[in-house]
Amino acid sequence: MTRAVDPEQFFAASRLVIVAGKGGVGKTTVSATLARAAALAGLSTLIVEVEGRTGLPAMYGQGELGYDEVVLSPGGGPDGAADVRARTLTADAALLEYLRDHGLSRISRRLVSSGALDVVATAAPGIKDILLLGKVKQLERAGVADLIVLDAPAAGHAITFLESARSLLDTVSVGPINAQARDVLELLEDHRRCQVILVTIPEETPVNEAVETAFSLEDRVGIGLGPIVVNGLYPEVEGLDADPVVAAAEAGASLRPGEDAVLAAAAEFRQARMALQDSQVERLRSQLPLPQLRLPFLFTTDVGPRELDVLARALLAEIDALSGLPA
Amino acid sequence: MTPDSGEAARSLGDLVGGRDIIVCCGSGGVGKTTTAAVVALEGAQRGRKTVVVTIDPAKRLADALGLAGLSGTPSRIEGDWPGELWAMMLDTKSTFDALVLKHANTPEQGRRILANRFYRNISGALSGTQEYMAMEKLHELHDETDFELVVVDTPPTRHALDFLDAPRRLSRFLDHRLFRMLIAPSRGLVKAVNMAAQTFLRTVSKVVGGDVVDDAIAFFQAFEGMEEGFRQRAARVNELLAAPETAFVLVASARRDTVEEAQFFADRLAEAGIAVQALVVNRVHPSFASSLTEAGAAATAARASTLAGTSLGGLYRNLADFQAVASREQGHLAGLTDAVAPAPLVWVPFLRSDVHDLAGMDEVAAHVFGRA
Repeated sequence: MTRAVDPEQFFAASRLVIVAGKGGVGKTTVSATLARAAALAGLSTLIVEVEGRTGLPAMYGQGELGYDEVVLSPGGGPDGAADVRARTLTADAALLEYLRDHGLSRISRRLVSSGALDVVATAAPGIKDILLLGKVKQLERAGVADLIVLDAPAAGHAITFLESARSLLDTVSVGPINAQARDVLELLEDHRRCQVILVTIPEETPVNEAVETAFSLEDRVGIGLGPIVVNGLYPEVEGLDADPVVAAAEAGASLRPGEDAVLAAAAEFRQARMALQDSQVERLRSQLPLPQLRLPFLFTTDVGPRELDVLARALLAEIDALSGLPA
Repeated sequence: MTPDSGEAARSLGDLVGGRDIIVCCGSGGVGKTTTAAVVALEGAQRGRKTVVVTIDPAKRLADALGLAGLSGTPSRIEGDWPGELWAMMLDTKSTFDALVLKHANTPEQGRRILANRFYRNISGALSGTQEYMAMEKLHELHDETDFELVVVDTPPTRHALDFLDAPRRLSRFLDHRLFRMLIAPSRGLVKAVNMAAQTFLRTVSKVVGGDVVDDAIAFFQAFEGMEEGFRQRAARVNELLAAPETAFVLVASARRDTVEEAQFFADRLAEAGIAVQALVVNRVHPSFASSLTEAGAAATAARASTLAGTSLGGLYRNLADFQAVASREQGHLAGLTDAVAPAPLVWVPFLRSDVHDLAGMDEVAAHVFGRA
């Protein structure tokens, strides 16, 4: 069998990957998984969070993140993985840094402490977003990692967030913020530098929202879309349609009283949910011509380092199986 | 601080029957909108004239509720219940416009503000505005209409309790001293401070452009004299949220991250003098087996491994999967029950199909109100 897509090549398709999806679909889990998978493929990875508190560090068995970078999992271990680092960006901190770098540190503290930033951000909507994206662009340009994974704000806001560069160009026609917006737009429109990976789960509303978001991102932002991640699929299990009593006889085992009904009810529930999931996956395929990367539901409520490794390896297998990257 | 939101309810049904306002809050993707709709439907079924204010319903749920699009007024949903069920989608901008017109000293002042470019950005760009308008709408529906029960869904922000601070933040913003100084008469010391502010703004103009700053100044000039009305209104909204006729219902799912967030919410609400009156946990996996422990799941999994390769092995593997996730979820639920005690916790099982119509809402209601 020839390997159509090499994971390393997959992750090298663009240095910046923006992960977007509706709340509750596991956007942060997928960001963590992508980073871990890239690290397993030998690429050093930086995860960027922009919404404060998330479950990300716990997935790597670490505590809270801050503006400064921390190592989530060091590379060079027996698995040959590269390191995964992470940081949280805030608009206020990005602004202070930006003004300092542009010789305006005198006003920077006052702008933030007086709350004038709120006024400016209202006068020119998107300015906070552009500060964050500008910082991400700077990280991408500086080549701080082989891959940067940006865990974007939840769905609806993701579009506004990524659209900020274009809308800001209309409001702010001159000066350094204008220049910043231009640079960000150039990054977002360059498919070799940046792509969006959408995340959804195989349920009606999340699928609808993923389709809408995909078209909005392409039309309004002009951003390149990578494969879509379908998260939380129940893995196949053999024997679900077997009668427990018959199955027990075949296996030469005996069932406890009432156990056949319990086994049958559980099997029936999984089959019903899987049928629903299949139909949603199909619907997604017919409405959105993007390759799909499927991640299993792990039947746990907590993703920790062990579960993350399972997901990362599942993702690598899915990437391996892709028939080719979209042009 | 002792929360003073009245006695803890014995059940969610008591709240629906006895309170005037129910606020559903929780992080994104936990089924908050559906829960709000289910609670409102129950209000109508208990004979009350009920309205549900939703923020961003999924399309099929919106259709089921007869919500074709944004509108500033509730529309009635016909159905076989003794009370009345009305629904509306929050329109942040028109709610804000109405608030401005209400507080304007003259119609001319109101028109000037609505036409200002900076003002037009506020409803979309200023963080917390949507939350504030949801609370404003609630206040208006409670005080100025004859609805007996108002159910509000809160926006799905990650920092999901922004609505508690939003009125205060907005009035602080509208009262911004830097801009106040610019439009105040310039005399003596004030003049010196004013000069400093001018210099500061010139520098800001260099970064973002002069138009942006000019728009802002024009807005604050137009707004002159209205801050006090806004501030008083914000104070009344906050009072209403903490009043005994209002109940907060926390909505969560049984995953670690959302459980942590729910606990964080409960603490923050308590700090604001508000007790959580009930907790609804959605999408709890069925366990099928009676013994709900991780050890029980492990025993089933071991049996599955012994029988691997047979159909029976697969059946045990499947059961072990559900026992494993359900026992973990029960662990999280126990933690949440302690966190919100004595408020009742109800949970809704992960259903065989998704909820997007009145029949689906009925099924959820059966669980939430203990009829399942």
